[in-house]
Amino acid sequence: MSHYETIVRELLYQLADDNFIHSYRGSEWLGLAPHIEEDVAFSSISQDTMGHASIYYQLLEKLLEVPVDEISHNRKPEEFRNAILLEEVNGPGDYLNSPKYDWAFTVVRHLFFNIFKDIRLQSLNQSSYEPLVHAARKIQTEQYYHLMHWKTWFYQLMSSTEEARSRMEQAIYRVWRDFGGVLTLGKYGGEMSDLKLIAPEAQLKEEWLNQIQQLFSEVDFTIKDDPGMEKGNGRNGEHTSDLVDALNVLSEVYISDEEAVGW
Amino acid sequence: MQRVHSNLERKVYQILQQVTDPEMPFISIVELGMVEEVIAEDNYVYVKLLPTFSGCPALDMIKGDVKRKTHDAIESFDHLLKIDVDFSFSPPWTTDRISETGRKKLNKNGITPPPAVHTKGDPWEIDCPYCGSTYVTMENIFGPTACRSILYCNNCKNPFEAMKPVANLNEKVE
Repeated sequence: MSHYETIVRELLYQLADDNFIHSYRGSEWLGLAPHIEEDVAFSSISQDTMGHASIYYQLLEKLLEVPVDEISHNRKPEEFRNAILLEEVNGPGDYLNSPKYDWAFTVVRHLFFNIFKDIRLQSLNQSSYEPLVHAARKIQTEQYYHLMHWKTWFYQLMSSTEEARSRMEQAIYRVWRDFGGVLTLGKYGGEMSDLKLIAPEAQLKEEWLNQIQQLFSEVDFTIKDDPGMEKGNGRNGEHTSDLVDALNVLSEVYISDEEAVGW
Repeated sequence: MQRVHSNLERKVYQILQQVTDPEMPFISIVELGMVEEVIAEDNYVYVKLLPTFSGCPALDMIKGDVKRKTHDAIESFDHLLKIDVDFSFSPPWTTDRISETGRKKLNKNGITPPPAVHTKGDPWEIDCPYCGSTYVTMENIFGPTACRSILYCNNCKNPFEAMKPVANLNEKVE
């Protein structure tokens, strides 16, 4: 594998794994969303997002010549490149057993990530790796509706009751502490931008901060510090037990019977 | 497409006309604009399809259907026929690819077709597919499938659906 391909692989893992785990956390809300229309909408968004992960995994399949299910279902947690923020559970309990999920955290995490995803896709439109250009164009057509959805929730809850506002602010502080892990391109980031696969990390971050400040100004909110990376850098293979647990659930069928996947 | 189709290719197109989206069985994949390319030679058929929405669970079924129906229909030409069906995102599928017949079929089945020409961010006008009223309410932009939204007509009091407009956001990239 050439040096160029090695760096492409690293970037593809980040793109695929972010969407994969983000979609999974979204799907855990099925049947638990605040109202029935949200249940329909959120499921549809999570389904699209898994489709986005699938597009990137298929690019990896072609690049690595390894079956796509092996890539998505049979890697060790330390081989995953998603940001730690995206693997975190939705709240205490699990969807089968006393879920006490945090809707404010979900809205903030989804919106902030989707704003970044949009910026990242725009950058991938100019990628030197042509398959990524096609993938980004396709994903953008769907991304438009997702972003609109989470913005609506964000504005409404930020200007709702005192309790809603307070929970939303707590969620923003919490997401902020680890959003740096989303914004980073990891240890190969410099090479990724040198090879024109994606814009430099600093440029992506600046654009994200601009858009977030704009968003905050509309709801009369400010935050001073830069986003942190308290729990570690998922781009370099650092993860929490939340990812391990999620992968055990996601891969249960594949690991127990490979043939069963192709239903 | 500029190239001239052979008889065999025209026959393949006729078969594809019978392949439908399992979640919208009244409209063919040709009418939906999903068929980008067909190449048919003596022993080989290649079909390039454009997925509508990337997470669409119907894709594998559509692929299987294309292979099966093509194989069954063309067996008389040559039993050694090889068929490849590929999904591609280049060019991306957009709603302006839906044919006029396709639009009529959607409307007839209670799904307002997307505007023929749409620019990202533009207002999206939706008329009731039953009575044509413009007095409608968007209940949920996300509907029973990834490509559809749920609406309500305040005039004839019918719930209905509409297909989301999907425009190519980057016409300049080629």
